[in-house]
Amino acid sequence: MGRGLGGRVTSGGSRDAVPGAGPPKMAVCIAVIAKENYPLYIRSTPTENELKFHYMVHTSLDVVDEKISAMGKALVDQRELYLGLLYPTEDYKVYGYVTNSKVKFVMVVDSSNTALRDNEIRSMFRKLHNSYTDVMCNPFYNPGDRIQSRAFDNMVTSMMIQVC
Amino acid sequence: MEGLTLSDAEQKYYSDLFSYCDIESTKKVVVNGRVLELFRAAQLPNDVVLQIMELCGATRLGYFGRSQFYIALKLVAVAQSGFPLRVESINTVKDLPLPRFVASKNEQESRHAASYSSDSENQGSYSGVIPPPPGRGQVKKGSVSHDTVQPRTSADAQEPASPVVSPQQSPPTSPHTWRKHSRHPSGGNSERPLAGPGPFWSPFGEAQSGSSAGDAVWSGHSPPPPQENWVSFADTPPTSTLLTMHPASVQDQTTVRTVASATTAIEIRRQSSSYDDPWKITDEQRQYYVNQFKTIQPDLNGFIPGSAAKEFFTKSKLPILELSHIWELSDFDKDGALTLDEFCAAFHLVVARKNGYDLPEKLPESLMPKLIDLEDSADVGDQPGEVGYSGSPAEAPPSKSPSMPSLNQTWPELNQSSEWETFSERSSSSQTLTQFDSNIAPADPDTAIVHPVPIRMTPSKIHMQEMELKRTGSDHTNPTSPLLVKPSDLSEENKINSSVKFASGNTVDGYSSSDSFTSDPEQIGSNVTRQRSHSGTSPDNTAPPPPPPRPQPSHSRSSSLDMNRTFTVTTGQQQAGVVAHPPAVPPRPQPSQAPGPAVHRPVDADGLITHTSTSPQQIPEQPNFADFSQFEVFAASNVNDEQDDEAEKHPEVLPAEKASDPASSLRVAKTDSKTEEKTAASAPANVSKGTTPLAPPPKPIRRRLKSEDELRPEVDEHTQKTGVLAAVLASQPSIPRSVGKDKKAIQASIRRNKETNTVLARLNSELQQQLKDVLEERISLEVQLEQLRPFSHL
Repeated sequence: MGRGLGGRVTSGGSRDAVPGAGPPKMAVCIAVIAKENYPLYIRSTPTENELKFHYMVHTSLDVVDEKISAMGKALVDQRELYLGLLYPTEDYKVYGYVTNSKVKFVMVVDSSNTALRDNEIRSMFRKLHNSYTDVMCNPFYNPGDRIQSRAFDNMVTSMMIQVC
Repeated sequence: MEGLTLSDAEQKYYSDLFSYCDIESTKKVVVNGRVLELFRAAQLPNDVVLQIMELCGATRLGYFGRSQFYIALKLVAVAQSGFPLRVESINTVKDLPLPRFVASKNEQESRHAASYSSDSENQGSYSGVIPPPPGRGQVKKGSVSHDTVQPRTSADAQEPASPVVSPQQSPPTSPHTWRKHSRHPSGGNSERPLAGPGPFWSPFGEAQSGSSAGDAVWSGHSPPPPQENWVSFADTPPTSTLLTMHPASVQDQTTVRTVASATTAIEIRRQSSSYDDPWKITDEQRQYYVNQFKTIQPDLNGFIPGSAAKEFFTKSKLPILELSHIWELSDFDKDGALTLDEFCAAFHLVVARKNGYDLPEKLPESLMPKLIDLEDSADVGDQPGEVGYSGSPAEAPPSKSPSMPSLNQTWPELNQSSEWETFSERSSSSQTLTQFDSNIAPADPDTAIVHPVPIRMTPSKIHMQEMELKRTGSDHTNPTSPLLVKPSDLSEENKINSSVKFASGNTVDGYSSSDSFTSDPEQIGSNVTRQRSHSGTSPDNTAPPPPPPRPQPSHSRSSSLDMNRTFTVTTGQQQAGVVAHPPAVPPRPQPSQAPGPAVHRPVDADGLITHTSTSPQQIPEQPNFADFSQFEVFAASNVNDEQDDEAEKHPEVLPAEKASDPASSLRVAKTDSKTEEKTAASAPANVSKGTTPLAPPPKPIRRRLKSEDELRPEVDEHTQKTGVLAAVLASQPSIPRSVGKDKKAIQASIRRNKETNTVLARLNSELQQQLKDVLEERISLEVQLEQLRPFSHL
């Protein structure tokens, strides 16, 4: 059943930064971070050093917190969920999204994937949020548990392998 | 314990037996009594039976679920075949004959019994719960196996019949998958590879695939891991049920048989046809589910909240993970609650899961809640399943958004609204072109004319304006306000109009500022005439007579320009002393001098011509006549200058012009209001210039139209007060000077001049404002021009 966190290997695509190799990939790594900043779900493509992505996600949490505090001091309601580009690195760009319950979605995309536009990132985050909500609605899911939903896994897989 | 792989015959047989034992029609749990009877009928030693029950998990569970039952049957077969009773043996033992149960009561039973070794002693010992005697089973097995050898053949012989008997409908509990799996017995168990329940599912997805294909798939699949759940089930072998099965089996044989016979044809049909939906809920099952639903939620149309459902399904002892997945599949609308349909689907999935079926990736069609919004099919599992073994083929996985429309809608709104907000903020920049409206309007609060009213031909009006000017000083009902009020209407013509309006703005009411505003040359012309008349009526008015109505459309503008210019000239210099001049001076048409960038120039020039034609006539005797020539000269020069200025069209230039031209315009203003009009470009400046000398009339036109008598004296008076004016006026026969011989006359003249001075001063200020407005108008016009000629700069 659920792949749990070990499901990284499942995202099959050969996603490497090789341009033109196979279908364009959307995301390299997708992570769902709980309010207390522990990961609920993290998955990255297998070809890369996954630990590196974990580190990237971890460091991006600071940026997320910074953005949240900067934006949401008095306007929590008006704060936009989509945080945008958190920080770019040489090879990757990290995007962030935070829900009203302080659950954060972090997505790492390949910098060479220039076809990715902001709207696409937003739509991907929206899908993530939808799927996450579906997971939440499952009475058998205890908030704070690792996300082990097949539907969620499939959705993430679709985002990590091919263009939506 | 490994998953149980059953052959087709076994499938059918087991299903039959299960249904037989399922006297309560629960479709899921067989009565322990019946099971025990059946097991007793298996003629196995009690300990074996107990062991079987323990192994299959019934004991642990306390009841015989389908899986337990099947396992038990398999174990019975194993035991009867003489193999050691092991968990693994259910699968490892190949070619296991069907378990044989001693049929005691009916022919079916006897048929079964025939295949069984009549181990009556076992039967007896089976009554009641028998603790699983692990060891003893071995002994029995030997005997059993021996016994079973014989029956095997018979069993095999029976198999052709039994498979036919496959309970397609009789075993309400068993998903019809069992049927599918039951490949048509080719004869003998040996032929059929044992396939686990897991593989059974593969053919489900390929509903259309033939049984052979399904078989292939079956063989390809290993027993699914869920079968391990059976281990959990196996903890509670309801030995009692095993024992009770036997006696019951005898009785039910007939029913099973009849049912089996009934289903035979169906099965044949089904097998020949494409696979039926393995997930279909039979009526019995449905009824059972509904009953269960009622226990939780009496209202069949209501929902079962997630928490209650969670408790209920947790009782099934499935792993939370699987329950979570079942929930994901069954909660179609993702609302955290289960409707009756959803509940039945979930229940069905639980049953299937407990029987060892792998959960599908997507909700099978037959399990989908029959809701309107689901007709388009969406599968719960929105992603491409690993194997499309569900009845619902892999349709385009509908995103969850339909199920959560509100959520999806809000998010785009959230995103978009924020963007929109930002956009709106950005776009909040307002143009400044129309700002001068507000400036202008308040400047002339008294102006009655709010919009360009074209013509005021009556000199009385001009006079009135003059009087008002004297009184209020800032009374400008004139046209200026209308002129000013219509900044948006600025066009090329408006520039001139504005200039006119400036000229007349501060002048008497009589001046129809509207004249200058309206691009109508006629109006302008009328204004000019008005001015003229005004000037005529108030000869000794120090206040500049209101701009006479423009005589002619074309002329008016030009006249207004000239007027403005003259006025501006004067204002540029000083007070509006000079303003008086232009109005007094009959504007002489100087079309030649007004080539101007503006179209209205020529038009205005025409008007000027008429004006001048009239004005001179009106003031033939005025000493200003002499000035006219001077004014003309200056007008020409001014026109040129103004033309240049206009060409530049820079507000900065205008003020400069104002400064430079005032002097010239002073003179020009007197005679050449037309020039002002002509110079539309420097209209604003001209306007100011023009208007200043003649305090009231912001519109040069009016000045032009003003009777020269009025203008002259005004001009004369004004000029006296200002040095420049004096200089200008010097050219004119200074009537006041002549009058000044007399002290009284001088004093009177001084007084008058002072009054005029004040009036002109006010005019000046107003004209300055008008100038600004006109400058803004000019800017707007320039912008419009640019827009109209977008490629001019290319």
